[in-house]
Amino acid sequence: MEEKVTQAAPGAAPQKPKKPLPKSRIMVGEQLAKLYQDTIDAKARGEKIGWSASIFPQEIAEALGLYIVYPENQAAGLAARHQSDDLLAHAEAAGYNMDICSYARTSLAYMDTLTAESNNMPKPDFVLCCNNICNQLTKWFENLAHQFQVPMFLIDTVYNYDPCASEEKVKYVRAQIDDLIHGLEEISGKKMDYDKLTEVMRISQRNKDLWREANELLAAKPAPLAGFDLFNYMSCMVCNRGKESTTAVLEQLISEIKENIAQGKSTFPVEEEYRVFWEGIACWPYLGHTFKTLKKYGINMVATGYVNAWGLEYEPGDLDGLARAYIDLPNNNNNLETVVARRIEAHKKFQVDGTIYHVNRSCKVMDCQQYETQRRISEATGIPFTSFDGDQADFRAYSEAQYETRIQGLVEVMEQRKKEREGGKG
Amino acid sequence: MDIQAILSQLSFAAENPRKMLEEQLAQGKKVVGCFPSYTPEELVDAAGMVPFGVWGAQMEPYLAKKYLPVFACPILQSSLEMGLSGKLDGLSAVVIPTLCDTFRCITQDWLAGVPHIPMIPVSYPQNRTDAGIRFLRSEFAVVKGKLEEVCGHPITDEDIKKSIRVYNEHTAVMREFTAVANEHLDIIDPVMRHHVMKSAWFMPKAEHTRLMRELVTALKATQPTCFKGRRVLLSGIAAEPDSLLQILTDNNVAVVGDDLAQESRQYTAPIPEGQGDPLLRLAGKWRGQLCSLAHDEGKGRVDMLVDMANVTSADGMIFCQMKFCDPEEYDYPLISRALKEIGVPTLCLEVDQQPGSTEQIRTRLQTFAEMLG
Ligand code: SF4
Ligand code: SF4
Repeated sequence: MEEKVTQAAPGAAPQKPKKPLPKSRIMVGEQLAKLYQDTIDAKARGEKIGWSASIFPQEIAEALGLYIVYPENQAAGLAARHQSDDLLAHAEAAGYNMDICSYARTSLAYMDTLTAESNNMPKPDFVLCCNNICNQLTKWFENLAHQFQVPMFLIDTVYNYDPCASEEKVKYVRAQIDDLIHGLEEISGKKMDYDKLTEVMRISQRNKDLWREANELLAAKPAPLAGFDLFNYMSCMVCNRGKESTTAVLEQLISEIKENIAQGKSTFPVEEEYRVFWEGIACWPYLGHTFKTLKKYGINMVATGYVNAWGLEYEPGDLDGLARAYIDLPNNNNNLETVVARRIEAHKKFQVDGTIYHVNRSCKVMDCQQYETQRRISEATGIPFTSFDGDQADFRAYSEAQYETRIQGLVEVMEQRKKEREGGKG
Repeated sequence: MDIQAILSQLSFAAENPRKMLEEQLAQGKKVVGCFPSYTPEELVDAAGMVPFGVWGAQMEPYLAKKYLPVFACPILQSSLEMGLSGKLDGLSAVVIPTLCDTFRCITQDWLAGVPHIPMIPVSYPQNRTDAGIRFLRSEFAVVKGKLEEVCGHPITDEDIKKSIRVYNEHTAVMREFTAVANEHLDIIDPVMRHHVMKSAWFMPKAEHTRLMRELVTALKATQPTCFKGRRVLLSGIAAEPDSLLQILTDNNVAVVGDDLAQESRQYTAPIPEGQGDPLLRLAGKWRGQLCSLAHDEGKGRVDMLVDMANVTSADGMIFCQMKFCDPEEYDYPLISRALKEIGVPTLCLEVDQQPGSTEQIRTRLQTFAEMLG
């Protein structure tokens, strides 16, 4: 299974798959390659193309028929294929501190070189940024816009220290969406067709439901899929979530998972001894190692923060609802109470035996309240946890030995608890 | 008062925040902690309470490690540590702006770890359009309501208008000081300049304004001196500790301008004048703020620093990079490139609040000073 992961995830050197890839995997790979190529072609035709943050209201550009590529996806893909090391060095030589998010460093280096071993993106005519996952994006995209001398559209969602967005905040974000529509109309010379926008919103809603359904099928015990497999489909939601091609990919994936369930099969290659929740981004450069170490102990990662990372709920056509969804969805934009409540629910739903926290050196917003989050979730659920130091795209911040030791420690506690449970039954 | 007497009062305030806090408490005043870099201090003042800067301290975090990884910035590490260890007891509340990623989290860590000091969060909009400023006004209205609970009485529009006047006067005198200080670089050396600027955080504004007026008048009455050494600008969040600035003095380097969040960045724009809604006027100040923490598509901060270097005839700039402060880390390459283009070299120094030796910094600063000629 890890071969599949390493090959497909935006990750890792291609290796020979043992089994043929499932159809959905071929579809998602083709879909992503097409997006990069279509964007290059559009640029060559003289169309205006953009670079966007991952949880930006893509509905607007999609409805205007604009081609958009995603630096976070680019950086993750390059990291997983071990193709970003030179770019990281380039960024540091240009004066960017190693402390900065490694996605940003990769991208800010690419901004200079416009050359990478894969995932090449043409120079943007505008950039789209939404800071609902972090403020580093604001700074990163500012630098892109400044270097390329192109307009930047920032959707500023403002941190929710209260449980959900106030009406005032929704008004503010809605005004920004209106500005975005007008700005993109002006740049592209196209006029917004509001029926088309409603249709894109409808497709996006459908895709959101399908993504959630696919993820939630892993609640079955044992899970019909190795959780790491789902990393391979994230590009659907990051880069293509307003497109019907994503509906097709996810429907195919769901039918494959359901088939596994019907046949009592799983893509997890060994017996599922333990089920864990993974908090934080994957370590793309070490996807193989993180997976293999878990597999050794029969640990399947059945749930991650990605389960609901694109669960943007709104009524098609309702732009206030769109604004609210982009404010309220991302965990990073929400206060601790909200995040903890969501996580506790997921821990229960997926019947996990443990939690693995990635203390991601890149990402202060995910780390600086994580210790309290760990304590609260563990206290509320009684589920043990471990954490390890890593980084989503900088190979220097991860230690294989530390990861192995931490996982081993978690297994010991999970094993003990399992014995107690079984003893209790007997 | 003569210049030295005023300066020693200001130095005392800068060096002894806790004593300043106790002095206010002893007078029966309520004091509200204001985290960097922007909080609507004017509302605290309007409530008849004393705003008090929370800028961390030179200390090794111990209790804060329960909440923060090592790579959270030292200001928030030590500020949280102070809260957790009781060193901020006496504050009636703290106001925390959610300006960066670490700040978002600190609001939550504070709630969990320091429940005995109420926390008032405030979110500043990054798009400073009319809609953004209206949103900020609504945030300030919420903060005002929470401060009213703390002080126990309503804050009227008149109170706010009065505070706006106090703050605008303060801004004006601080700007006057930084201008006149450059004619007296023998008296206002880097450490003294820092003390004067920092002291503003730990005194009621009207009192600070009064002292600053006296200082400016006294400086103006003194024969200007012609400084023979090298002139630098400082940029960053804060230039600390004093030992770092002392190295500048030791090497005959003066500070002739700054864009430090703790110092001049506070005073770049006055609160808009006018008779309208005072909360909206207060919010209007945010519109013009040039800062790594305020979205700036045109990178106006870079141009502003280039202008400052030209106007002050600076020989170089020292970028005081607060350790692990990512908003500043993104701006640095652009600033250093732009200054290089006008022939102003930049030195990037890492600023930490944990006790440690400044010896390595000394060597780097010496080399930099020599390079400036
Ligand atoms: S990894 Fe963290 S810091 Fe980097 S872009 Fe994502 S949310 Fe922001
Ligand atoms: S802006 Fe920088 S110094 Fe200030 S709290 Fe954030 S990381 Fe710390």
